[in-house]
Amino acid sequence: MPLRGNLRDFSTTQLLNLVNLAKKTGTLTIEGPTEAAQMCFREGKLVYAQMGTEDGSLPLVLRKVGKLNDQQAQSLKQRPESANDKALGLLLINAGYVTQADILQSIKQNTLDITFRLFSWVEGLFNFDATGAPPAGRITVPIELDNVIIEGSRRLREWEQLQDEIPNLDMALKFVDKPERLKNLNLSVEEWKVVSYIDPKNSIKQIAKTNNMSDLDVRKIVYGLLQAGLVDLVRPISTRPLGNVPTRKPLTAEAKEQEKSLVNKLISRIRSL
Amino acid sequence: MQTVKMVVTGPYSSGKTQFIGTISEIDVVKTERKVTSEAEKVKDQTTVAMDFGRITVDNDLILYLFGTPGQRRFDFMWEILSEGMLGFVVMVDSSRPETFREAKSILETFRAYAPTPYVVAANKQDHPEAWTPEDMRIALRLDPNVKLLPCVATNRDSVKNVLLELLYSILAEMEK
Repeated sequence: MPLRGNLRDFSTTQLLNLVNLAKKTGTLTIEGPTEAAQMCFREGKLVYAQMGTEDGSLPLVLRKVGKLNDQQAQSLKQRPESANDKALGLLLINAGYVTQADILQSIKQNTLDITFRLFSWVEGLFNFDATGAPPAGRITVPIELDNVIIEGSRRLREWEQLQDEIPNLDMALKFVDKPERLKNLNLSVEEWKVVSYIDPKNSIKQIAKTNNMSDLDVRKIVYGLLQAGLVDLVRPISTRPLGNVPTRKPLTAEAKEQEKSLVNKLISRIRSL
Repeated sequence: MQTVKMVVTGPYSSGKTQFIGTISEIDVVKTERKVTSEAEKVKDQTTVAMDFGRITVDNDLILYLFGTPGQRRFDFMWEILSEGMLGFVVMVDSSRPETFREAKSILETFRAYAPTPYVVAANKQDHPEAWTPEDMRIALRLDPNVKLLPCVATNRDSVKNVLLELLYSILAEMEK
């Protein structure tokens, strides 16, 4: 079955986690607003990545990391071996330009650079093709996804921290005891838009919707207001207070048997349908 | 006469009404209205209050199935519907990953309403774009002990299986 969707709903981090846990093999194509990217996997490991129409051939990868200069890279691109990175790699090693370790490290770095760029994509259609493979002739370096996910997530720390601070946009805001502090504040237009709707009856989500703000934008503003000590998070007036989860009363042995009998009757009935 | 209640919840257009309609012995009492929101025009009509189905067990026992409205603006109904439920089913449209986050949020909300057993139904498994239950489990971040069941809400056996698995979970909970 195809694995399709939008990064808006299922992030790059989640996708890589899925590939890692399910040990998938295939090619993940992401079509972002301005360019497309491909990542290839083998049994849950990242083996290759390509960004849009960028030339991912070995000479260009080695040039990027400074192992070759522009002239050398261009000259190699014109050789017949350039169609096959493996053949070209052997040629370069034998000629003493680079070592095998240089090549593997450069390709790995290029793959990671592309992948980390994808962590910041928040919009884009993705499609996982289980039959997809890296382009013929390319050198692939298997990379454990665990570390990629950790590093990618680190780069999204700001977003993560905001989500930790304000995990639930269904919460509302209320001014702290001395709201007059607001008079001396220099707030941006966007911040004032949020402030103007602060009321325990309005959830943060409602405030964002009214002001046409994204979740990220409203979180940033609310986080700032919280850090400044101007507002507190509260549960909206209309909903159940936090921690007020109902619990079942303990049943007597007789009542328990009656309930079990009732459930067994339901099971028999549904089986017979 | 004793009545028991199960709730079928899930995001908008996940197949709750169909699920109840497939198994109910009466025509489902639908409270559907024309959709007005552009973003929600996946189907022409939507449930604004609840669906209501019935399975008569015997002369003394009736099971009622309640479907919740999927649109968030009607979530004030959820708590009312969840009161006294034996358990609940969370329907998820396997072909629409954009609804997974909402499904998870609804699941958490209902868990907060009542500590009753529940199962997750990966609906529309016959759809060509459907995600596999294994992938959905990861996407929805479900614990391994939460039952995630493949489902086709138009298929009676499939619906029966989901309800039976929920009842087995309820029974197991009682035996703890």
